[in-house]
Amino acid sequence: MQTEKPIVVTKEPFVSPPKKPFRLSKEGAFICLCLLPAVLFVGIFTYYPLLRGIIMSFQNYTLFNLLDVRFIGLDNFFAVLTSPEFPRVALNSFYWVAVSLFFQLLFGFALALFMRRRFRGRGIYQAFVFFPWAMSGFLIGLIWRWMFNAQFGVINDLLVKSGLIAAPIPFLADGKWALAAVIIANIWYGVAFFAIMILAALQSIPEELYEAAAMDGAGRIQQFWSVTLPYILPTMLVTILLRVIWILNFPDIIYAMTNGGPAGSTHIFATYMIDKVIFGQDYGQASAVGVIIVLLLLVFTVFYVKATRMEKGGDF
Amino acid sequence: MQRDHIWWQTARVVVLGGFLAFAIFPLYWIVITSLKGQKEIFSLPIRYWPDEVTLLNYVEIFRISHFQVYIWNSFLVSLFASALVVVIAMLGGYVLARFSFRGKREVMFGFLVTQMIPIFIGMAPLYVMMSKMHILNSLFSLILIYTVMLIPFCTIIMSGFFQRIPNALEEAAMMDGCSRISALFRVIVPIMLPGIAATFIFAFVQCWNELIMAVLFIDEESVKTIPVAMNAFIKKYDIEWGAMSAATVLSVIPTMLLFAFCQKYLVEGLTQGAVKG
Repeated sequence: MQTEKPIVVTKEPFVSPPKKPFRLSKEGAFICLCLLPAVLFVGIFTYYPLLRGIIMSFQNYTLFNLLDVRFIGLDNFFAVLTSPEFPRVALNSFYWVAVSLFFQLLFGFALALFMRRRFRGRGIYQAFVFFPWAMSGFLIGLIWRWMFNAQFGVINDLLVKSGLIAAPIPFLADGKWALAAVIIANIWYGVAFFAIMILAALQSIPEELYEAAAMDGAGRIQQFWSVTLPYILPTMLVTILLRVIWILNFPDIIYAMTNGGPAGSTHIFATYMIDKVIFGQDYGQASAVGVIIVLLLLVFTVFYVKATRMEKGGDF
Repeated sequence: MQRDHIWWQTARVVVLGGFLAFAIFPLYWIVITSLKGQKEIFSLPIRYWPDEVTLLNYVEIFRISHFQVYIWNSFLVSLFASALVVVIAMLGGYVLARFSFRGKREVMFGFLVTQMIPIFIGMAPLYVMMSKMHILNSLFSLILIYTVMLIPFCTIIMSGFFQRIPNALEEAAMMDGCSRISALFRVIVPIMLPGIAATFIFAFVQCWNELIMAVLFIDEESVKTIPVAMNAFIKKYDIEWGAMSAATVLSVIPTMLLFAFCQKYLVEGLTQGAVKG
């Protein structure tokens, strides 16, 4: 507990002497000292690389030729935006976020609604159903990759047995199916998060509201529309926004399941960018992709907040 | 409480049962696969229960790789990073919860923003930084970066925990002659222990699971963490699914134990923090 000393020792008066206007009070010193590690770490290893990355996106920065780092204006952005794979990556990113989010929300909501009332074994039930949320995206990708295996995968087996398909489908090797497969794995992962957040919101609704609504003769469905939904809407809006951002920036499952393949058919912005960093080694273009992601998210967030009037809710 | 219709109750059982099956099945399947023999994994028709339960895949993963090294590395990185995060987040969270000062809004905002922007933009510069610091291919680089990645979220969560503890407690202690910092550690920390434990476990699991940064910074055998090593295995053309499923089960077990142990606190703490944040 080294930090203890300076605070105990400094017994200066609260009024600073006139010659040193920046002298901290005892309390000020304590505040600074406590916040310093957090601010310093985040500043140096998050904000600095971030700014550096933005600068890099305007530079010719490839690992093959580090002696020739120079500013090239918007060339990296043009190169990325006009590359043949870009439209596919953008569209994939949209489906990845929209479809995953829709089903995560739908299932998470349903799960939370049915879990709201106590039942025997709810604690254990909750532990099992919420567990995917604690798993690593990488392992989830691996497990689903095995389940989607063309020849020995259990999903093909179940589909054939139930008569839904006549012959096994090589889901992850087929450009038509691979994106759907990674999205299904992502849905499996994300349901729990929505369920947790919505369940917490549901449990904070005072029971009197329902009693009052029931007195007024509202049925279960009416109660849902007039009590439940309005009450939890702010939580849901915030959760949805956070999730959109988070899912767009979540490469792990795709990385493990298909690594963007086959033939780039499952790349989203995040995996595309990692591909450029780790294999392409073109840091300029990779950073340009990153800046594009941030700009998209920024525009989306502004529109989302405006459209949902979240700023008035003040629940942020 | 209102009486439930019979169809409502039925729907509830069906939905809850369905979700349970949906959540558990992939886990069941990977465990079952890991217990099958090599031949049985790659034979048709697929068996939903192994003909012969065997632990050979678990032996295999230690034979074909230094799996014990990867486990140890993952453990060290997760332990040090999450311990560091908890201490830093506790100090920061305490100050943010108890004082109002100039720049507080900016600090909070600065932390929140890091949760919204993809860390990948900084990926290439981070790599360059790490290489200039000569800490690529070391566990230290991972401890450092995981600590940094977790500080904002954990600080916000911790600050939420502190807000729920009445100020009067440490004021009383300070009246009795404690300094603020010793009041913090002697009076507040013991009360907050469940919250601190939840934050620690959350951080630990996050570190244990992280893949992308580890893949970026590490490629030497002796410092590989579990995800890096497994990633190297699945990048080959033929995946040894028996050994891989055993490795998956082994690396999920710690997460599962920790999650089961503190799931209630974790869920409560995180939702509180996130809702009120």
